[in-house]
Amino acid sequence: MAEVTYLEALRDGLAEEMARDERVFILGEDVGAYGGAFKVTEGFQKRFGEERVIDTPISEVAIVGAAAGAAHMGLRPVCEMQFIDFLSCAYSILTNYVATARYRAGLKTPMVIRGPSGGYVRGGPFHSQNPEAAYLHTPGLKMVAPATARDAKGLIKAAIRDEDPVLYFEHKYLYRRIKEDLPDGEEILTPIGQAKVVREGKDLSIITWSAMLWKSLEAAEQLEKTDGLSVEVVDLRTLLPLDDAAIVATVKKTNRVLIAHEDTRTGGVAGEITARINELCFEWLDAPVKRVCAHDVPLPYAPTLEDFVLPQTDDLVRAARWVAAY
Amino acid sequence: MTSTLEPGTPALHAGLSQAQLHELYYFMRLTRSIEEKLVNLYRQTKVIGGLFRSLGQEADAVGSAYALDKGDILSPLIRNLGSMLVKGATPVEVLRQYMAKAESPTRGRELNIHFNDLERGFLGQISHLGDMVAVMAGVTLSFRMRREARVGLVYVGDGAMSTGAFHEGINFAAVQRLPLVIVAENNGYAYSTPMHKQTAVAELVEKAAGYGVRGAQADGNDVLAVYEVTKEAVERARAGGGVTLIELMTYRRKGHAEHDNQSYVTKEELEAWAAKDPLDRYARHLTEGGRATAAELAAIDARVTAEIDTAVALCENEPLPEPATALDGVLAEPPKAELEWYRRLDG
Repeated sequence: MAEVTYLEALRDGLAEEMARDERVFILGEDVGAYGGAFKVTEGFQKRFGEERVIDTPISEVAIVGAAAGAAHMGLRPVCEMQFIDFLSCAYSILTNYVATARYRAGLKTPMVIRGPSGGYVRGGPFHSQNPEAAYLHTPGLKMVAPATARDAKGLIKAAIRDEDPVLYFEHKYLYRRIKEDLPDGEEILTPIGQAKVVREGKDLSIITWSAMLWKSLEAAEQLEKTDGLSVEVVDLRTLLPLDDAAIVATVKKTNRVLIAHEDTRTGGVAGEITARINELCFEWLDAPVKRVCAHDVPLPYAPTLEDFVLPQTDDLVRAARWVAAY
Repeated sequence: MTSTLEPGTPALHAGLSQAQLHELYYFMRLTRSIEEKLVNLYRQTKVIGGLFRSLGQEADAVGSAYALDKGDILSPLIRNLGSMLVKGATPVEVLRQYMAKAESPTRGRELNIHFNDLERGFLGQISHLGDMVAVMAGVTLSFRMRREARVGLVYVGDGAMSTGAFHEGINFAAVQRLPLVIVAENNGYAYSTPMHKQTAVAELVEKAAGYGVRGAQADGNDVLAVYEVTKEAVERARAGGGVTLIELMTYRRKGHAEHDNQSYVTKEELEAWAAKDPLDRYARHLTEGGRATAAELAAIDARVTAEIDTAVALCENEPLPEPATALDGVLAEPPKAELEWYRRLDG
């Protein structure tokens, strides 16, 4: 048993897949000699060679496009975006070329794009984004966002083995803040497309993912102590394709739902989940579905501003009380 | 075929045998005749979408693709039907694509010559210009990682070279010294925009220096010159010499697509380029140089006509795709969700 951080679990997962499968290679900015801006690929170039850990120019379009070309030819590229905010630079080639390749042309494009997402780290507007809503609307992509060290490892390994392009959004707030015992020698693979009930409950469900999982669990503890509420917490883990079965199951169990995400509200993933609940199990609801999200502003830098804009545990507690009392 | 070579004439011309010289003519003629047939089908409303011509550019497409070996991969643009034919795309595939048939290579999902077969060596484009330079950088990266002596070739034009994707793609390929040949077809116009509004350089080949790659230039209406300049770049790339940017000087004698009446070009300009027609020019070159007789070329023309007629007869009346096939193949494994609840309302 070894205690590893979220970042180490991700790194181990990457390294295991590179050792297991020589088709896997990494390309990105400063990933080689430097080991990546957050040191996710530290030591990789020495271990796996320059050809499999490629330092690229500051060219997100080239990174994503070249990965696609290599994937068509049977390799398994993993692209690092130095910050996931910069994936928007490659938005066109990702959504128009990569995501459509199988459908329009029968081209196999097994590739992963990963990078640090999320706020609570005073990163300001361009080093804090949660980009999932921008890609939720694109058929042909998969999208995962681990909240735990186990899933950080299990989802990167599953993403690399997947036959389709997978966006892997790791949360930089969690990198070194959470630790978990992961058994040595156990092959950890988290199935893509499967949510997980992290905390069982019967009065109310919080559906969430990534760093908001931890705030949701904190809120659930507090609500149990202060209000005697039994709160279920569901970690979606995969955002595309959404695990409708898990969403419906928790709605049918508690009949009251709160959806919590760190991204801004308008056009956010919570809106899609709400629509699905409406279509699939409206009659099981005892209260309106409520969202707790960031305010609709670019994410500001100053701690007072960022803390105000991003959802906090107190926001979850207040919203949960409202839903429970409805 | 009877040799018409006069005594003392070298057996090879541009390093090509007489059969190969005739084959170049065949592919250029096939390109032009398929497009002419498509015009007929377009006017009969059998072509569903737009029709893109490469009239006047057949030499640059055919000659450059002909310089590749089996195993090499090219990525065409919309005026590179000829390149795809050289790489083994067939008339019936092209016709089915334009007519959106169920049996078309993309099963009715994509238009015109947007299709691919990596086995035969062509990787279809998307409409977003410049993207394929980055993608072909990845294809050629895979060649190098696997120690395969294969080369990639990607087409761009005076328009595509203005995109950010082109810049990122060529720069990455240059830095990595990948076995990639980038063929810039300078045909004067990107849709209606002339080159001087596209770029401040006088010649596209000047851009090579900015990327630290080798530049080359040739008359795009001379199929043998195109072949030779491309062949040299291909062999250089195969030997580890990195990227070459080739500019081929040509002219787009039709509008952007069949609907475009070319109001932005003069009659004189069109006539001047019609006089430099690459197919006529090559036919003259072959006959006057004693490398083909008029009868031999006429036989090739007849063969092309027959092949196209056969292809049309085969696919003209084929059905369009079944509507529900539109849902197949977005992902390797279809999602389990049953979201389209309203489709079940009647059942």
